[in-house]
Amino acid sequence: MNGLTVNKYATTAIIWILLLTAPFWLPLLGGYTALAGRVLVFALAAMSFNMLLGFTGVMSFGHAAYFGLGAYGCGLFLKFVAASTPLAILAGTLLGGVAGTLFGLLLVRRRGVYFAMVTIAFGQVCFYIAYKWDDFTGGYDGLRGFVRAPLDFGLFKIDITNNANAFYFFIVTIFGLAAAAQAFILRSPFGRTMLAIRENERRARFLGLPIERHIWLSFSISCFFTALAGSLYALLNNFADPLGLNYIMSGNIVMITVMGGMRSFWGPLVGAVLFVMLQDYVSSMTTNWMFFVGLTFVCVVLFFPRGLMGMLQKGART
Amino acid sequence: MLQVVMFNLTNGLIVGAFYVLMALGLSMIINLSNVVNFAHGNFLALGGYFAFTLTPYIGFWGALLVSPILTAVFGYVIEQLMIKHVYARNHIYSLLLTFGLGFIVQDICRYIWGPSPLPLGIPDILSTPLTPDLFFITWYRVFMVVVVIVAVSGLFAFLRFTRVGMRIRAGTLDLDTVSALGVNVAALRSYNFAVGSYLAGLAGVLAAGQIGLNPNMGDDLIMPSFIAIIVGGVGSLTGTLLGGLLIGVAAALTTVVMPSASEAVIYVIMAIVLLLRPRGLLGEEGMLS
Repeated sequence: MNGLTVNKYATTAIIWILLLTAPFWLPLLGGYTALAGRVLVFALAAMSFNMLLGFTGVMSFGHAAYFGLGAYGCGLFLKFVAASTPLAILAGTLLGGVAGTLFGLLLVRRRGVYFAMVTIAFGQVCFYIAYKWDDFTGGYDGLRGFVRAPLDFGLFKIDITNNANAFYFFIVTIFGLAAAAQAFILRSPFGRTMLAIRENERRARFLGLPIERHIWLSFSISCFFTALAGSLYALLNNFADPLGLNYIMSGNIVMITVMGGMRSFWGPLVGAVLFVMLQDYVSSMTTNWMFFVGLTFVCVVLFFPRGLMGMLQKGART
Repeated sequence: MLQVVMFNLTNGLIVGAFYVLMALGLSMIINLSNVVNFAHGNFLALGGYFAFTLTPYIGFWGALLVSPILTAVFGYVIEQLMIKHVYARNHIYSLLLTFGLGFIVQDICRYIWGPSPLPLGIPDILSTPLTPDLFFITWYRVFMVVVVIVAVSGLFAFLRFTRVGMRIRAGTLDLDTVSALGVNVAALRSYNFAVGSYLAGLAGVLAAGQIGLNPNMGDDLIMPSFIAIIVGGVGSLTGTLLGGLLIGVAAALTTVVMPSASEAVIYVIMAIVLLLRPRGLLGEEGMLS
């Protein structure tokens, strides 16, 4: 075992210790548990997005659509079908994931800037549908009138509706499962082909990889995970917001990923911490928070294109 | 009914003209530099605000001439400061950079001119209707269309007949060769960016006269501009022109039949174009794909 692997395990261990103990130390720093939940939800969305940007090298600027569809799917299920949290999450994940899979079919032949533009446009379609379909989605005001239901295991119940800490651990559990699944996919032979496409698409094609199909698959997987994050977001707020579908939200997901570090598995998590902190603290001090978020982001892009994690890793190696 | 259709048709042409003006600037920058300028809508707002500040001193006509130039200068400076440093990198970075830049420009507008909407005063002659029958067409609308026509013709003449314009066209097709022939490609991209920003600024002044000013006015116009470019085909300015007018008119005519779908219809058009002709109406095969 060389130094780098030890480092990797140490990072993972530290991250999990911090996440699992967050409800105990966060209040001491003036935070609250729901804030940690928001960080995790954004982190999951950004990590899912990063499977595409960081590990396949394809830029989507419309991931808010799948995030938002996940939220609406989850909310609509709780409101109209049944008061079951796990089934609602499943419904939201399926809605966003299937939509992404279908859109992906139209996208895979586009590349680069063109791909990004078309993904934005598809994202806006979903935004306008949620925005205009008043009777069903609540239109401009968003979807209200649902609450997350307690988890019922038959023998015992876990009250995630009122107990903030229980709900936080519920999110941590799902986040952990999703992160493990993503790590598994990235380590699989399929995950290696994603890296190959990122590094050199032409060479990967010469090796006989069906590039279009793999990009489509990668896009689809990424959308399913993003929709899962969206479902959790609806549960966190007991509310689904049409602005969660807007391209500004897609931009937030991109910013989180890039600020944290898009070549690193945990980068988006670090980015989410930074982003939520920036948004929460800066917007409480000044109304011009967009300026500071924008400036931070521009500086990261210009001077630290590998993000915070990239900087840390570089520091650890030298 | 005929009058309703007429009203929406002229409306559509005018809105389409806006899309064209803004999309042409975006399209030029995409073609030559492979940069999707996300802040383009905010450049538009900036042009409008420049006009707002200048109008009391030099009048509307003066502002119409000067504020696009100021926007072009602003675009040139931004290109020199930030954007030119990411040309050599993956195209993803330029997209990210201009997205952050859009946040900054929008908040600067909000900081200087305030968050609430502001009106831009236009000369009285322009705010009167054409004739009592055609009450819905003010002279301002006619004037806007004329300005757009003049600006677009000017742009095409510039690209066709001037040396810089010729180089821009050549660079769109093959930048490496143009560079190998001894043209200063970096400077060319800067001029090109300035021209694109000029068009955004001009669109901003015109828009401000019609719908007033607010810091995020560009957000509503940037998406249709993207779609105009995708529908028309990346790499072709004529395509962008066609695409802009097409979606403007289509959206307006949909308003007659089904008002709630008017914004969605342009996305439907885009999806159809992508399905049947992925490179866009007049796009070059292989351009950016």
